[in-house]
Amino acid sequence: MIENVWLITALPLAGFIIIGLLGNRFGEKLSGIIASLFSSLAFIVTAMIFIEVLTKEESARKIVVKLFDWIVAGKINASVAYQIDPLSLVMTLVVTGVGSLIHFYSIGYMHGDKLSAKYFAYLNLFMFSMLNLVLGSNLLIMFLGWEGVGLCSYLLIGYYYETKEAGDAGKKAFIVNRIGDFGFLIGIFLIIFVFGTLDFSELEHLAKDHHSGELVIFWITLMLFIGATGKSAQIPLYVWLPDAMAGPTPVSALIHAATMVTSGVYMLARLSFLYVKAPETMFIICIIGALTALFAATIGMLQNDIKKVLAYSTVSQLGYMFMGVGAGAFSAGIFHVVTHAFFKALLFLGAGSVIYAMHHEQDIRNMGGLRKKLPITHITFLIGTLAIAGTPLFSGFFSKDEILWKVFNYSPAIWVIGATGALITSYYMFRLYFVTFYGESRSHDHHGLDGHDQGVHESPLIMTLPLIILAVLALAGGFLGIPHILDIFHSGNIIEEFLHHSVSDNAVVSHGKYMEILLMGISVLLAFVGFIFSYKLFFKNKGIPRKDEEYAGLQKTVYNKYYIDEIYNIAFVKSIYHFALVLWRAFDVFVIDGIVNGVARLLKNLGQGMRETETGVVHDYMMYMAGGLVSFFVLLFLFYL
Amino acid sequence: MAAGLNVMEITQTHYIVLSVLLFCIGAVGVLVRRNAIVIFLCVEIMLNAVNIALVAFSRGLDQNRGEVFVFFVIAVAAAESAIGLSLLILLYRQKRTLDVDEINSLKG
Repeated sequence: MIENVWLITALPLAGFIIIGLLGNRFGEKLSGIIASLFSSLAFIVTAMIFIEVLTKEESARKIVVKLFDWIVAGKINASVAYQIDPLSLVMTLVVTGVGSLIHFYSIGYMHGDKLSAKYFAYLNLFMFSMLNLVLGSNLLIMFLGWEGVGLCSYLLIGYYYETKEAGDAGKKAFIVNRIGDFGFLIGIFLIIFVFGTLDFSELEHLAKDHHSGELVIFWITLMLFIGATGKSAQIPLYVWLPDAMAGPTPVSALIHAATMVTSGVYMLARLSFLYVKAPETMFIICIIGALTALFAATIGMLQNDIKKVLAYSTVSQLGYMFMGVGAGAFSAGIFHVVTHAFFKALLFLGAGSVIYAMHHEQDIRNMGGLRKKLPITHITFLIGTLAIAGTPLFSGFFSKDEILWKVFNYSPAIWVIGATGALITSYYMFRLYFVTFYGESRSHDHHGLDGHDQGVHESPLIMTLPLIILAVLALAGGFLGIPHILDIFHSGNIIEEFLHHSVSDNAVVSHGKYMEILLMGISVLLAFVGFIFSYKLFFKNKGIPRKDEEYAGLQKTVYNKYYIDEIYNIAFVKSIYHFALVLWRAFDVFVIDGIVNGVARLLKNLGQGMRETETGVVHDYMMYMAGGLVSFFVLLFLFYL
Repeated sequence: MAAGLNVMEITQTHYIVLSVLLFCIGAVGVLVRRNAIVIFLCVEIMLNAVNIALVAFSRGLDQNRGEVFVFFVIAVAAAESAIGLSLLILLYRQKRTLDVDEINSLKG
């Protein structure tokens, strides 16, 4: 089965081509079914390969399947080849598994949307790109996928293209990603320059000759990390992700929570053999991750759009992943990628279910009391909330604690930032949960005299079933990575052992196991404190977030996202705009247009002058002829005789 | 009577001078006259000046290639004058004039 790995990417591509060409004839329902079918087939193929790999020896679990040569130029030989190893398998399982669930969910969510054939075509194209990113055995295939997912992200954010907001958000995402991709490209060029190959296996082999802390390795890893900050929404390039919520909610779940945004973490883990040689870069990654985790969490505290809260929490959770990776705990980072994919996809799909039921209302101030009306959504959303908040035994608890434990060993100061972030995460998630599902219904009565609430129903089975499956995964996913001290079943840390051969973990554990238990206790306590705050404010006191204009002081600053967008707008967008204006008004108008128009004017005047000779009078022509002849002979005599 | 007569011998040079003179007369006529028919006649004069030169050189070089060429020139000139005159007639019908300075509708 392993040699048929190309099926994993070919199936979504086939789906894209079929729906893209014939989707308008199929209609929305059939398009959705076809897209889901191809996506699930890819999942089945992945699962079969996974089982086959499990039967192999641990050291024989890395298989590269070469399909054909792609670019052969000088010493660069980039072939289209897929690499099967534990790391890529874990990601492929998540992408195809969660991806298929979201495909099915989309059939329900996009019901009634006239253009949804286009939507499903893009969704399959996204799967194709994402799987190339994950499976590629060299950086060029990875970059192909990297750009492909960026394109699909742009297309799907701008899916509701009639609204200016969606179009702008799409452009913003694309341009901000472009900045990151620039760093990624420079990293690739540096790798070609230094190593002369892009193949991961060869790179890993060649990297052994380089010492830790070499300058060139530092720059390579830093440049690639800049690429990761763009795609994975870290400071300073996180600004596109909250805006990306303008896309359909399943897209937010698939692309902007579960898969694409984690590709930066995946790339770092894939190249972990390089990163462990660059301790300075690792430190930068850890700091950036910690700051992003805290910063985004504080913004999340005061957001009132259900999707924006989740968007900032995604940015924050991605920060945790980078924090872990920076501390050298690559497998812990990937573990958090997996659990985050489960619970964040669950939360987004739950939010989508709420939005669907509320007829596209997204402001939690206009919700409330949805617990009874949306029972399945409510329960699954609660599970997601418990998981992300780090409630013991839920998946988020294990992965987040694993990261925080490794970070504490790396630097207790950064751990403090991360732990504070965990407290805030718990607060804003329960705030979201209580305000949305408890209290009185606050929905405005827009829909006639019989009341709007009559229209609020639980979503159909095709939407609730993915929710239930994801809820189970969010609940149980943590058991993939039980820390050793809690390992009562002696099953071991499954995911860490599985990934052992494909990532180069170098996190040191210098503190004892009592410290680990203590830290675990502290983070549970912090999560509980966050919960208590939310509980008092939004459950006991039945508080609802204030109206926009009532915020003041620091709260107003946070509510307006620290005015980061405005600062970027002035610092970068406006300044580039004005620079472009100067270039246009001065250089373009005077120099470029001057040259172009000058040539035209010269030729025009020349023609005007020549035109005067054409009088139409036969005598003049004859004079020219005679004059020409005479001068010809004069010259002949002068020069040749 | 014949003995006292100073008979100038006609040399090749004389023919060439005659040819040049005729050619210049024709050329000047082409350049300064305004009547299309007169211009046409002047072109014929120029052609015949060339003919004289050809014949003169032919005799001087003692071979008859030039003379053969003259026949071609005469034949072509005949054809040309037939076409040229018919064009002039058509032109006159169109414009009611043969003054070439007034026929200038091809100006740029």
